[in-house]
Amino acid sequence: MKWLRKNLIAIIGILVLVYLFVPIAVVAILSFNEPAGKFNVAWNQFSLEAWQNLCGVPGVCQSFLTSIEIGVLATLAGTILGTMIAFALVRYRFRGRSTTNLLIFLPMATPEVVLGSSLLALFLNLAFPLGFWTVTIAHIMFIISFVVVTVKARLQGMDPRLEEAARDLYADPQATFRYVTFPLVLPGILGAALLGFSLSFDDYIISAFNAGTLVTFPIFIWGAAQRGIPVQVNALATLVFVLSLLVVLGAQFTNHRRRRKLESAV
Amino acid sequence: MPALAPVAGGAKVSVGAGVQRRARTAYLLLLPGIAWLGLFFVVPLVSLFFTSLQSPTGTPGVYQPGFEAANYLTAISDYWPQFVKSFIYSGIATVLALVIAYPLAYFIAFKAGKWRALLLVLVVAPFFASFLLRTYAWRTILADEGFITSTLNALHLLPEGRILNTPIAVITGLSYNFLPFMILPLYAALERIDPRLIEAAGDLYASPFTGFRKVVWPLSLPGVVAGTLLTFIPASGDYINATLLGSPQDRMVGNAIQINFLQFRDYPVASALSFILMAIIPALVFVYIRRAGTEDLV
Repeated sequence: MKWLRKNLIAIIGILVLVYLFVPIAVVAILSFNEPAGKFNVAWNQFSLEAWQNLCGVPGVCQSFLTSIEIGVLATLAGTILGTMIAFALVRYRFRGRSTTNLLIFLPMATPEVVLGSSLLALFLNLAFPLGFWTVTIAHIMFIISFVVVTVKARLQGMDPRLEEAARDLYADPQATFRYVTFPLVLPGILGAALLGFSLSFDDYIISAFNAGTLVTFPIFIWGAAQRGIPVQVNALATLVFVLSLLVVLGAQFTNHRRRRKLESAV
Repeated sequence: MPALAPVAGGAKVSVGAGVQRRARTAYLLLLPGIAWLGLFFVVPLVSLFFTSLQSPTGTPGVYQPGFEAANYLTAISDYWPQFVKSFIYSGIATVLALVIAYPLAYFIAFKAGKWRALLLVLVVAPFFASFLLRTYAWRTILADEGFITSTLNALHLLPEGRILNTPIAVITGLSYNFLPFMILPLYAALERIDPRLIEAAGDLYASPFTGFRKVVWPLSLPGVVAGTLLTFIPASGDYINATLLGSPQDRMVGNAIQINFLQFRDYPVASALSFILMAIIPALVFVYIRRAGTEDLV
């Protein structure tokens, strides 16, 4: 009884963590299912069909690749633009910084329907053709804010003495940046990029407004939801989930080991 | 992490003597990104506003510049139930998310020790799984013959005899989907609390509950405010949960915007709806922050 009271918070906390993964487990389990009807919602029979034939449904892999293409392009552009803003905000004093901060914050505090529909209103008024580029433009827009916030936090958490030490050792500003600042901020930038990619890859609402006839992976899923989502979609989503998680956990682990090594060296 | 935005935004900026450089470089660094946000965030909002005032030309789907304030009346009179539902569903979902998220955030901040970093990764991990599929998975979990629905039915707890295609399913989906946005700011706020303050409360004969109510909860308020906003705002504009988990009677304002833009091609009314949604949220946020007494904290 005493044990229970002492560990109550831990037990509830872990239950909540498990709760977070229940729907994901459902998605993964159903990727090994052979559905009874056209809707893959209840367990019927074990099958590896979807995993052996990932592109077995017309359009699945095409939409998957489209989403990866857009994700890579948008992440690249958004990460570069966002990192530049983060450096300017943390390292320089200039007029208009609070306006800049507000402009960064607002897209994150605006519902996706408003972001998506306002961009569509603009593209319609300009008679700009909808498709690959309009979706990419939209994704770059919302990635920038998330990158700025993530990289800014990393820059602010950096020990300023490291850069001072470099200067004391006669490193010029370029060398200080190249050998000290940038390597220290890089994990933050990579983390921001990974976040940006998963936001882009997973975005449905903003893309749906600006895609025209283009089909991204989430748009494919949405369309399929009415007539039954193919098992392949579950398999591909499970694959993406497992791979991303491995990348993040791997990075976490190497980071941890590097720190341990550094600490034991001191 | 995205959800830390309002928390991190308030952090102080360290400017050492050596890092202060000319403003010109700063503007060069800012220019491309800010220009992008200006062109594809600010200009679209202006464009949305003008579209909301356009008038019909007679040809369906084609509109001309105008000053049709009546679009706003149409939007409100035709869709006020959807607005009300949006704010009620997302309000309940936000409170639920707070209750679910708090123990986990508390656990990670105070009890997790060396597992802290790993647990934080696990909290954001759901973002790597498709939002649409995670939502759709609730159709399996809450299925009519499923374990949860039959158990609750056996206890006669469900007035409609089912969960799927009712507001309960929509609210469940909403509160689940935005949980990480609640957990992260809560954690960020809790993590800053000195654990010795809690011990001190205990030393002064406060029961654990009083200690929580008088020490931990007030100090975690910035996280509570940030987390509830980051959950409520995306939830109130969402139409994925309402479409996949609810019945046609449970549609929210996001559905109305989507259907008017993409199916009816009634761009002016759709834009008016979007604009009203965007205007109501800051108003609600303002009132909420005043009530929570955290104007200085956000």
